[in-house]
Amino acid sequence: METDWIWGLVGGLLIGTGGAVYLLGNGRIMGASGILGGLVDGSGWPSWVERLVFILGVVIAPLVLWPLYSVEIDTHLTQDFWVVVIAGLLVGVGTRIANGCTSGHGVCGISRFSLRGIVATVFYILAGGLTLAIFRHLLGVI
Amino acid sequence: MRILISLVAGALFGGGLFVSGMTDTRKVQGWLDVFGDWDPTLAFVMGGAIVPMFLAWRFTKGRKPLAADSFPSLPRPELDHRLITGSVLFGMGWGLAGLCPGPALASITYGGIGGLVFLAAMITGMAIAPRVGSQLDRLAATA
Repeated sequence: METDWIWGLVGGLLIGTGGAVYLLGNGRIMGASGILGGLVDGSGWPSWVERLVFILGVVIAPLVLWPLYSVEIDTHLTQDFWVVVIAGLLVGVGTRIANGCTSGHGVCGISRFSLRGIVATVFYILAGGLTLAIFRHLLGVI
Repeated sequence: MRILISLVAGALFGGGLFVSGMTDTRKVQGWLDVFGDWDPTLAFVMGGAIVPMFLAWRFTKGRKPLAADSFPSLPRPELDHRLITGSVLFGMGWGLAGLCPGPALASITYGGIGGLVFLAAMITGMAIAPRVGSQLDRLAATA
């Protein structure tokens, strides 16, 4: 749709404002993998309430906005069970080993011209594009 | 206060992911798919998100956070094998399914069974990541 980029920009500004609120308020870097991962591996248990409340906000916001939104709501996730499982494992392991994902390295890192954030972003985009090219166009399995 | 700030930041993040269409795997894979019908939306989302964050980083200079003693101590700008290997593994999963951690959480209520399976697998991956990380360290030390 031709208005997609406008919604992309509006959504992006909201995401960035969320990161700004988190940084200037709590003095922390807003990274989805770090906030959730710290709860999973125990490294973030001292601040578990804040982490859980943040995730609650992430989950609730779409429910509040849903009625205002006219476009169909569908994640269009692949129906292939094993692709979903393998992708989920890779995303979980990879983001924790790299210590960040699209929000932490991408949004919060690039905006302060962090070398680590920029390099991580280049590598996950290249790996993502290459994986998609191989599995969709070469093998035709996704 | 910190809890309220966390809720507001989370809601802005989740709302932004929803409105921008980033919980739709077709838009994410559409951006990564340079050989297919390329979708530029993700670039607008990234660009839009970086602007307020850039201003926020500028604002941190010589100030303190509202509800904390100090701003986070930032890692030294060093590139290590964990950053590269981890990002490549993450990118592979991101390309396969079109979901990253934020959208996987934001779409819990409307992502269906598949979304929950992805989330469970991702959490499992996060749980085993410390062990995988130390294995990688050992490999890197011998290489």
